[in-house]
Amino acid sequence: MKYESQRVAMPYFIFALILFAGQIVFGLVLGLQYVVGDFLFPEIPFNVARMVHTNLLIVWLLFGFMGATYYLVPEEAQTELYSPLLAWILFWVFAVAGTLTILGYLFVDYATLADVTMNKLLPTMGREFLEQPTITKIGIALVVVGFLFNILMTALKGRKTVVNIVLITGLIGLAVLWLFSFYNPGNLTLDKYFWWFVVHLWVEGVWELIMGAILAYVLIKITGVDREVIEKWLYVIIAMALITGIIGTGHHFFWIGPPEYWLWLGSVFSALEPLPFFMMVLFAFNMINRRRRNHPNKAAMLWAMGTAVMAFLGAGVWGFLHTLAPVNYYTHGSQITAAHGHMAFYGAYVMIVLTIISYAMPIMRGRPYGNSNTAQVLEMWGFWLMTISMVFITLFLTGAGILQIWLQRIPESGEALSFMATQDNIALFYWMRLVAGCFFLAGLIVYFGSFFIKGQASPSEEVRGPATADA
Amino acid sequence: MAERFTKSMARNIYLGGSAFFVLLFLALTFDTQSRAMPERDNRDQLTEQVVRGKHVWENNNCVGCHSLMGEGAYFAPELANVFDRRGGGDSEVFKAYMNAWMNAMPTNVPGRRQMPQFNLTDQEIEDLAAFLEWTSKIDDNGWPPNIEG
Repeated sequence: MKYESQRVAMPYFIFALILFAGQIVFGLVLGLQYVVGDFLFPEIPFNVARMVHTNLLIVWLLFGFMGATYYLVPEEAQTELYSPLLAWILFWVFAVAGTLTILGYLFVDYATLADVTMNKLLPTMGREFLEQPTITKIGIALVVVGFLFNILMTALKGRKTVVNIVLITGLIGLAVLWLFSFYNPGNLTLDKYFWWFVVHLWVEGVWELIMGAILAYVLIKITGVDREVIEKWLYVIIAMALITGIIGTGHHFFWIGPPEYWLWLGSVFSALEPLPFFMMVLFAFNMINRRRRNHPNKAAMLWAMGTAVMAFLGAGVWGFLHTLAPVNYYTHGSQITAAHGHMAFYGAYVMIVLTIISYAMPIMRGRPYGNSNTAQVLEMWGFWLMTISMVFITLFLTGAGILQIWLQRIPESGEALSFMATQDNIALFYWMRLVAGCFFLAGLIVYFGSFFIKGQASPSEEVRGPATADA
Repeated sequence: MAERFTKSMARNIYLGGSAFFVLLFLALTFDTQSRAMPERDNRDQLTEQVVRGKHVWENNNCVGCHSLMGEGAYFAPELANVFDRRGGGDSEVFKAYMNAWMNAMPTNVPGRRQMPQFNLTDQEIEDLAAFLEWTSKIDDNGWPPNIEG
């Protein structure tokens, strides 16, 4: 850590991990409710648990992105953060607002929550992933604006690197697109169309810039490869992400009202969306093969390779599986969608945040070369347990989805099984998914355990001449 | 990557490519919203009651279990075509069905998925029914494949 103010990333990372744990616990509740329908009913109905599960994910990833930004922007800009105090204030504002919102979901009936937060003045609630009370949405907007101000003031006064420019572009995009969450017209088709401006253009647009920038930063640090090379890769990757992903939004417009030309546009462009993720795999492995040093933080390197591969599988391959309109006609809104959602979010965004945490946390804790070998081994056990569990969760949900489509979607009306009858028929897959989920939790516990092991690694050895100066 | 392919070329592809596709996306959005959608979403039938029904839908987080036009959660049945599935395409039948259904929840059958009792007024249930009926008539390129959703 070269600048003292980078340390403000620490509370962001710690809080992110706490929320991650909450997300997984509620994931298990949901997994159990899929097979034992009345579990925790009526105290925590499915919709409440799901809202907590998905909203915790979004909020903890935002904490992770913010922590990553506070950590890497000062170092890239070669200057102290503009205002560590502002970063601390915004941390507490976001943490308290986020916690209150989740508690509101759990302890207040949703209709009452809508009522007491005066949703009718500006109705924005009750839409998937955007369930937050309007006041929370405004709070998120304000926190992000303050955060961006702090980061821009830092970046502008220092060195302007491609990593910083791309990261900040992604974050500005995140902030601007968030404004669409306030647009909720009475016409459902309009509502849905612009809802995707937040959801799709985040995860298949600007978040890829954020992911690419964080990955590039970590690769510069752990491989010592010349940043000119890494920056070129980064530009190509994000170019592919936006060239395919923006019109690729059309794969969500197939069955919600927009005209038929989206069937073609959405199919063709989203079929190309795996490309940037595939390039990330080539990027990560290439840079690591060309490394100029053997960085002692092997766990961080594992996460960096893992996030590229899993993002390609989850977002790329599992996205492609059901993105062509003739296929999506049958798969839309089935368990296939859930399978893709799980592996894509884990592979791309959970793992990129865990990558930067793996790299930066030891440094902030006074272990410049990484955690001790024992801690790293434990962390890597966590990596494999969580990652393999997620692969199985995805496979079981895919199995459930294929069977669901076979029973419920493909037969003619009158012969097709009803939704609920189908669910009974595929329960075995849900049970197996739940078991895989329990292994995921075990992996998370092991991963957390690695933080409590003392000691640190020794300095790196250089393998191909001196590493570049700023690595 | 070959040395002839420079960083500034990569940057130009990024800037040019994303600018072009942002503009194309905005143009397509303009076409979709101004020309196509008014004919496809039967907005002439988008009454105040339908909008009230949408708020009932949102304020009770229905999308947390159900899907609507395939979007939402996958824990409970698709509802964009429930007007046809349960109402047989008849407004009065559907309203009666909705009223009976909403008031019968939860079933409390042990081990089965449970739908909460939302304590909606008769008016709210009627609004919700109107919203679901309007939704069922949006031109959605013929989705879902069959009545089961």
